[in-house]
Amino acid sequence: MLLIECPYCGPRDEYEFSYGGEAHIVRPKHPEKLSDEEWADYLFLRTNPKGAYRERWCHAHGCRRWFNVERDTLSHQIIAVYEMGAEPPRAARKGGSKP
Amino acid sequence: MSDQQFRLADGGRIDRERPLRFTFNGRELSGYEGDTVASALLANGLHLVSRSFKYHRPRGVLSDGSEEPNALVQLGVGAYTQPNIRATQAELYQGLIAESQNCWPSVDLDVGAVNDFLSPIFPAGFYYKTFMWPKSFWIRYEYFIRKMAGLGKAPASADPDYYDKMHVHCDVLVLGAGPAGLAAALAAGRTGARVMLADEQMEPGGYLLGRKVAINDRPAMEWVDNSIEELKSMADVRVLTRTTALAYFDHNYLTLLERVTDHLGPDANGDRPRQRLWKVRAKQVVLATGSHERPLVFRNNDRPGVMLASAAQAYLNRFAVRPGREAVVFTNNDSAYQAASDLVKGGVQCTIVDVRPEPPDELRAAARKQNIDVLSGHGVISAAGTKRVTGVDVSSLNATASGYHDAPRHLKCDLVLMSGGWNPAVHLYSQSRGKLEFDASRACFVPGESVQAERSAGACNGTFDLAFCLSEGREAGKAAAASAGFRSKSSSSSPKVESSPETPIRAVWRMPPKDPGGRYNKHFVDFQHDVTAADVDLAYREGYRSVEHLKRYTTMGMGTDQGKTSNVNALAILAEISNADIPTVGTTTFRPPYTPATFGALAGRDVGELADPVRMTPMHQWHLAHGAKFEDVGQWKRPWYYPKAGESMEEALSRECKATRNAIGILDASTLGKIDIQGPDVAEFLNRIYTNGWSKLAVGRCRYGLMCTEDGMVFDDGVTSRLAENHFLMTTTSGNAARVLAWLEEWLQTEWPELRVYCNSVTEHWATAGIAGPLARKLLSELTSDIDLDSKAFPFMSWREGTVAGIPARVMRISFTGELSFEINVQSSYGLALWTSLMSAGAKYGITPFGTETMHILRAEKGFIIAGQETDGTVTPVDLGLEGMVSKHKDFLGKRSLSRPDTLREDRKQLVGLLTEDPRQVLPEGGQIVAELKSKPPMKMIGHVTSSYFSANLDRSIALALVKGGRSRHGETVHVPLENKVVSARIGPPHFYDVEGERMHG
Ligand SMILES: [Zn+2]
Repeated sequence: MLLIECPYCGPRDEYEFSYGGEAHIVRPKHPEKLSDEEWADYLFLRTNPKGAYRERWCHAHGCRRWFNVERDTLSHQIIAVYEMGAEPPRAARKGGSKP
Repeated sequence: MSDQQFRLADGGRIDRERPLRFTFNGRELSGYEGDTVASALLANGLHLVSRSFKYHRPRGVLSDGSEEPNALVQLGVGAYTQPNIRATQAELYQGLIAESQNCWPSVDLDVGAVNDFLSPIFPAGFYYKTFMWPKSFWIRYEYFIRKMAGLGKAPASADPDYYDKMHVHCDVLVLGAGPAGLAAALAAGRTGARVMLADEQMEPGGYLLGRKVAINDRPAMEWVDNSIEELKSMADVRVLTRTTALAYFDHNYLTLLERVTDHLGPDANGDRPRQRLWKVRAKQVVLATGSHERPLVFRNNDRPGVMLASAAQAYLNRFAVRPGREAVVFTNNDSAYQAASDLVKGGVQCTIVDVRPEPPDELRAAARKQNIDVLSGHGVISAAGTKRVTGVDVSSLNATASGYHDAPRHLKCDLVLMSGGWNPAVHLYSQSRGKLEFDASRACFVPGESVQAERSAGACNGTFDLAFCLSEGREAGKAAAASAGFRSKSSSSSPKVESSPETPIRAVWRMPPKDPGGRYNKHFVDFQHDVTAADVDLAYREGYRSVEHLKRYTTMGMGTDQGKTSNVNALAILAEISNADIPTVGTTTFRPPYTPATFGALAGRDVGELADPVRMTPMHQWHLAHGAKFEDVGQWKRPWYYPKAGESMEEALSRECKATRNAIGILDASTLGKIDIQGPDVAEFLNRIYTNGWSKLAVGRCRYGLMCTEDGMVFDDGVTSRLAENHFLMTTTSGNAARVLAWLEEWLQTEWPELRVYCNSVTEHWATAGIAGPLARKLLSELTSDIDLDSKAFPFMSWREGTVAGIPARVMRISFTGELSFEINVQSSYGLALWTSLMSAGAKYGITPFGTETMHILRAEKGFIIAGQETDGTVTPVDLGLEGMVSKHKDFLGKRSLSRPDTLREDRKQLVGLLTEDPRQVLPEGGQIVAELKSKPPMKMIGHVTSSYFSANLDRSIALALVKGGRSRHGETVHVPLENKVVSARIGPPHFYDVEGERMHG
């Protein structure tokens, strides 16, 4: 059970949130101009890194707002939380939190 | 009543003032408060407690705690009965009833024990190999396997108890109230941190409960009592006993299970819950979960009377029970010497068999003083006896421990105590994703680096000496508090204890058989699942080399004990067989829960009526009073149909359908999802969300819309009305309202923040009565004077505001039945008033309430789809024949996907109508459609029935279906093979009634 820091409400248990998949995938401005491959890339293909991953979460059972999270997919450490539309913070620490 | 002939005259932590009666396998016995079922059985001289899972071998008490693999009992009767309860943990209460498991007709005479003699044909993997072939025999085998195997029996009736949940936060959570845990809790508590201390036993103390050691020159339990007293005096410290940490999840989130009243028995819990599940988010965790002694692996090491040395020591010291008269203490390390010493003082004769050629001199000297024989460099070859051990064969081991020097020598005994070293209880550390390391000198796995904010202290960290446990615990507590932001104020030192040097163990993972080349098939490794050293060998020979494969092939460690006593022995034997070292072989993954938990505790109060909220419309009471049968639609209770007295469902539906087509019907449509959408950019937003266009929708008009996901698949549909220039009301499928709102919000917030659009759910704000049928306008005209109902003034697909039956209302002229229809929306609080007004004014026209089933039939006659019934996430608007709804002039979500090669395929499943050859025959929904009939499966399936009803208006059955290339198959005959017959039907267009739509437009 992750502890996620909603930028609007503060830290809350994971089950208050819904998951929105990879972040920073921009919907193409003119889908009709894309080839089938390009459209399929937007539609289906996602990165699946072992390590830092930027993803979207929604505080579905709270303020209902969407935001971005950078999370380590191996350790589940949350590296950063930032608002929708904001640039991801550059300095992402590596590895898990140590006591 | 038996007289507890093995109970010592004094001592122990039992309460002799409180004698208790209990029943084991129908036999009346006695014990004391403070006993466990196991200690009470042993006090009465009963070692044979159960039969093993596979071979039905007699088994006794092995341990004194949560690691117990053998002594599982069925506890309690009727609704209170619980299977697989560890007798070593279950506390005795007045009138307790326990029974053996895995035996028939009794634990003494068990028919299944024939499996033991047949064990050569029941090796590991036997189930996979034999019972999987031939397939058709499986059913027959299963009957016998189910009868013979399986653990206890689940209760047949509902759980009469209730369970609670607690959500808590703390600075430092300490798990285990043995010396290390207590020292940690004290150190952390003294800083002012919020501390939680939990321990699975009935009282704190951990292993000190079963030992006779001194702290500060006083009995150790005095120090325990003082420590608890101090902790309880602290403002922010919570001490929980009978509380097991089940699981360690991410971000220091742990669940603990407190057995609040289990120890009182079913009748005594009063108004307290049976158990309480604690969900803890801790800033810091200190693991002080102790260790488990390892069994030694020799022939017949599973006989009742063969137990762990530390367990015998605890039964003696803590419960004042002499577990036997003559013991052979078989060890590879120092700790068993103290056990032997205690037992001798308790009147048990002891002989020590130590595999080490040179045990420490001071231990040997101390033993000699107590007249304990020490056979150093010896091993136990095998145990004799069946339902109770009667002796052991021992001999001196050769240097490599691969055989014996001498002929076996028989030692008579009624107790064999094993000490194969200690396994730190690293389960929670491992669950926290920490990687284990192998400590070669102690031959055990210990925690490595911490991954989460946690520290291990004491025996679970591989620190077995009491003095070190205390200091390590204190340091861990201090450091945890400091990490949580609390600095130590005082500088107290560790309590004083005697420290003893520790000599390395000599790991002999399996005792060689008597003769070279002999078998290991009675050398038990996993007692609960009857896995022997021979099975490990077999698994290796058959290619199961990884420890994870070994586990699955032999089922080793897959019992309710999760292999707490067997895992390390098994993987060490695997390492030995494969000539690998133990760290290379590695361990299997430790998974939650640490010990089994009841579903009741996990469910808590979320059962029965509280399992899920029930949503009811304002008209619900009327529906109830008028005999409605209800259907669950999401959380909503919707009237399904309204049978009159003596009417069958078919008769009721026929009446409702005909009344609506011929006169007037009324439907409670309040559950329809309603989303209020406002802002200057709503029309543009709807253009992007819906497949059709919205810019030109005039105020006062309504439009049917279809939504797709980006992959082009239909997601939802509904009518949206323009209430004002910048104000729209969207309706959604009843079960999909929350999902649609979330969908709109997702796009607004993440992709199109520039759009000035604001959404709000107003589903519950409105009550909706839909009246449908040729007389609908006539009825409505009698109840409103300020809405012009003339078809020109109030055309189909428009809405008007006014009053109906004196109630402010928004009336929409839309139709899902295909009839002339008005949906009257009023503020929820007026819903029932509106409904009853319509009913009384409509009585003279025969107004007929109808439910969801009639609604479904009428819309199917018209070929109107239901999202989620005709669609399943793989159906495009074009598949449904709704290409007219797909705008060519704008982009919308999913549009590009409609021109992908896959969505353009001619042979996609397309919506068609089906008319059965026999008009009385109603196809089952979900029925698979074939074009070519064969005598038996497999047949090529070309589609399936999505909706199917008997239409009273058409006096025949109708169905909708998705069929590959269906639109070009009109006129073809297809077949739906059912279990006992085949139904043939003709494909046609997906509408059956008033195809031109004159009725709803009229
Ligand atoms: Zn929030």
